[in-house]
Amino acid sequence: MTATHSLAAEELTLAYGERLVIEGLDLVVPAGSITAIVGANACGKSTLLRSMSRLLSPRAGRVLLDGKAVHRMPAKELARTLGLLPQSPIAPEGITVADLVGRGRHPYQGVFSRWSREDDAAVAAALEATQTTTLADRAVDELSGGQRQRVWIAMALAQQTDLLLLDEPTTFLDVAHQVEVLDLLTDLNRTRGTTIVMVLHDLNLAARYADHLVALAAGQIHAAGTPAQVLTEDCVRAVFGLDSRVIEDPTSGAPLMLPLGRHHVDTPAEVSPRG
Amino acid sequence: MTSVDSVPTPGAALVRRPGSVRFLWLLAVVAALGLLMAASVAIGSRGVGWSDILAALGGSSETIEEAAVTKRIPRTVLAVVVGGALGLAGAVMQGVTRNPLADPGVLGINMGASLAVVAGIAWFGLFSATSIIVTAIFGAALAAVFVYAVGSLGRGGPTPLKLALAGAATSAALTSFITAIVLPRGDIAANVQSFQVGGVGGATFATITPVLPFLAVGLVISLLSARSLNSLALGDELAAGLGERVALARGVAALGSVLLCGAATAVAGPIWFVGLVVPHLCRLLVGVDHRWLLPFSALTGACLLVASDVIGRIVARPGELDVGIVTALVGAPFFIAVVRRQKVREL
Repeated sequence: MTATHSLAAEELTLAYGERLVIEGLDLVVPAGSITAIVGANACGKSTLLRSMSRLLSPRAGRVLLDGKAVHRMPAKELARTLGLLPQSPIAPEGITVADLVGRGRHPYQGVFSRWSREDDAAVAAALEATQTTTLADRAVDELSGGQRQRVWIAMALAQQTDLLLLDEPTTFLDVAHQVEVLDLLTDLNRTRGTTIVMVLHDLNLAARYADHLVALAAGQIHAAGTPAQVLTEDCVRAVFGLDSRVIEDPTSGAPLMLPLGRHHVDTPAEVSPRG
Repeated sequence: MTSVDSVPTPGAALVRRPGSVRFLWLLAVVAALGLLMAASVAIGSRGVGWSDILAALGGSSETIEEAAVTKRIPRTVLAVVVGGALGLAGAVMQGVTRNPLADPGVLGINMGASLAVVAGIAWFGLFSATSIIVTAIFGAALAAVFVYAVGSLGRGGPTPLKLALAGAATSAALTSFITAIVLPRGDIAANVQSFQVGGVGGATFATITPVLPFLAVGLVISLLSARSLNSLALGDELAAGLGERVALARGVAALGSVLLCGAATAVAGPIWFVGLVVPHLCRLLVGVDHRWLLPFSALTGACLLVASDVIGRIVARPGELDVGIVTALVGAPFFIAVVRRQKVREL
């Protein structure tokens, strides 16, 4: 249904001032699939995502969208192909759901152009896909955390991009709402072929929902591949400095990571089949 | 991605904004402005009748009453123009900085314009209207950049309170500078008095006309920034993700507002709080969409300044209070109320 776009990073080096965060990183995002980026705090996950959506210019290297450097593309042209939902977007006080979702149409509007039928249709479709149509007239301030996150995703959908980058879309949500948001993103991926790249904190949800898992450690890719290839006990030890057991999730078949702390563990550090 | 059929998509009706409500408010504000302008021409320290007003509007100024009305007409026009400029500039500044406390007065921008003009008159013998306007805009821009830079220092960048504090401190310092320049210069004291306290008294069409082109440019730039401000309101990151060139958009909108308040200050002196109060009121009426908020703020700013000017003439009969004093009396409690509201959140 959608054109497939290739997104890749080439020898990407990112820095805040003097501090190097990512150094010489190569990454290919598989088109039409869900990629999750995982890693310890401050390993550069969000920085990488910010750079892929050109919020941060690379110190060296390039981010390529269909072979073109994103940092050289016209801003609105890029915004029609690649959408971004940052970790903490701001909802203006008193804004309604429909109004907020409508702002996703920004890349399609010039200074003088008027709100069009396509804009209406895109917003309506985005509300419907996220089941927020009945909330359209409500103020965003009044919504619950889960509803609000659905509304932000609706805004990103109204942007109608084939690629969608999300920075920790499940933060601050309870487990039911986390699953709801990830289910919604999976629906988008399956029905529209939207390529999704997201930073996730929860390894097990990442392993279950991602087709492609990227583990980042100290500004480098430690491992990338299917969740079964990436989420191993060695990987968890290297990336998080944590001993763990990895078993097969009986509900999905994906790898499931069980952390081994210092307490409440009967058989610490036992060798497991996936080690 | 989504097909657009000739059949309206279900839910599309919900998407349409309640434009009719906003349109009614628009009519109401325009009507209020008309009434206030009429009141401004009719009310003053000297009572006049309708025949005097009609005669004066026709260009006659033979009787004392007609002459009084003749003087009130340009004054009313100036109040409309300056009030509109300040209301709009305030709305743009609040959008650019996402700061509910932003106001050309609070941020020290009007005092920057005033100081530049006073210094220009005292030291360089500025005289022509255009040179004073350009100097005022230059001073406003310098003050804006300075206050934004100081308010951005330290953790968390330009938070609302830090920016307001930087502006207030800068204002206080600039006011002292103005006093220091004017005190030893009895020869120019009368010329620069209007740059210490803002007012619209003594306006003539000859003083108003030169400022109009500058205000017109500022108005156009500001109104064209409405869409950018809408995306900036969602945070810089999301705005950039929506294809906005954040720094450019912010710079252009800031330029528009600096033109407006610099030019307004050049012709009416520093006036506080119009740009603070008006956008907050307008948000209650028409919501947070800048495409509506900006023109509304201009109209409501005009209403507020004309009303303040009329009040200044009534309460201090037979003299009159400068409109800058009246807006400060109204605006200062409002400022405190905004600060005290549960938390000063970013817009």
